[in-house]
Amino acid sequence: MSTLLTAKQLSSQRAGRALFSDLSFTVQRGDVLHIEGVNGAGKSTLLRALVGLVQLQSGQIEFFPDAADDHDWRNQLLFMGHKAGIKAELTAIENLTLQAKLCGCAIDDAWQLLATVGLLGLEDVPAGQLSAGQQRRIALTRLWYSNVPLWILDEPFTALDTDGIELLQQRFAEHTAAGGAIIMTSHQLLTWTPTRLQRLRITGGDA
Amino acid sequence: MNDTSNWAAFTAVMRRDLMVVMRRRSDVLNPLLFILMVVSLFPLAVGPGPDILGRIAAGVIWVAALLSALLGSERLFRDDFLDGTLEQLTLLPQPLPLLAGAKIVVHWLLSGLPLVILAPLCALLLKLPAEGWLTLMATLVVGTPILSAVTAIGAALTVSLGRGGALLSLLLLPLFIPLLIFATGAVEAALMGTAAWPQVLLLAGLSLLTLLLAPFAVAAAIRVSVN
Repeated sequence: MSTLLTAKQLSSQRAGRALFSDLSFTVQRGDVLHIEGVNGAGKSTLLRALVGLVQLQSGQIEFFPDAADDHDWRNQLLFMGHKAGIKAELTAIENLTLQAKLCGCAIDDAWQLLATVGLLGLEDVPAGQLSAGQQRRIALTRLWYSNVPLWILDEPFTALDTDGIELLQQRFAEHTAAGGAIIMTSHQLLTWTPTRLQRLRITGGDA
Repeated sequence: MNDTSNWAAFTAVMRRDLMVVMRRRSDVLNPLLFILMVVSLFPLAVGPGPDILGRIAAGVIWVAALLSALLGSERLFRDDFLDGTLEQLTLLPQPLPLLAGAKIVVHWLLSGLPLVILAPLCALLLKLPAEGWLTLMATLVVGTPILSAVTAIGAALTVSLGRGGALLSLLLLPLFIPLLIFATGAVEAALMGTAAWPQVLLLAGLSLLTLLLAPFAVAAAIRVSVN
């Protein structure tokens, strides 16, 4: 099972405007697919369409085409959109443990995870009182404890400081080295060069 | 997916909602205070004579319950939608109707159950004759789950509309009318000394049907809303 995702001839229109058409790509284990494009080009729409949050006009998306058993693809991928998915009323540690419980992941040491993302000492503050970057860090802890092969990340570096971006790229490197794949959008240039980087440019209308 | 992971996700959704609500108790207390205010103002407005009050008691309590359900309905999925937890729910491998069911259960625990517990107090304030009390409690026990379930459908449909409050009320109110008619009819029958159980059983049937189907409707509405 080396191919994680194949997409064929994806086309999307939003508000009467063609965002992209005939977009095809394949994501293998170890790949990083960096989707580029100006604001409003349709990057987020593409990512949301991949996980089924948005309907496409046409095209075919197949997860894990090589998988022998027909298990649920939702088990095998992680999607993070613009919204962090963090409850403002709950503290960092509560958000973290509930999120892990929801995805059925076992976490050995929640405190260790918080220390990794640099939130130790803030664990009992309601997330609503933390900064946007700190909330983002809570959400990003998922990347440390989940063991799914495919990550789909929409602007993962948003609101993070340079240390945070560095930390996240180190995690990306570990993930791809372990055979995982990442599909992401980002306006930031990666300081880390993945061994197998694909770039996909969406230019509103003709991809 | 196996049953244990379904159950784990169900309880995780319930726990998260309950924990969030415990941090903002006013959201739960407001609708209940509203009901208590309506119920305590009515005797002042229509006069304390037990003959009038006793006859309108069940109607007043049920109308207050319906309006208070509408009052808090908009908030049911709003925060989840805004902070992205709703879209994460749709991406879980567990069936979405199950998770929607968890949210309905929590909503009932926080709005329906307190109402059932408050009902004797409301009945006392409105001087509902003693023979109607049990029936009133019974209609609230079987009727409030319908309120929670139908409210959840409306809230899920309108959550992406920004300010969908007025639309939501218009959408839900007609659906609550049968509930109101049968519930007050049951209490009236009890007061007249005739059998109230046909209406109560009918409500119970409606309740079961709604509880069975609503999670699927809510799930479909959520999928449309996060699109």
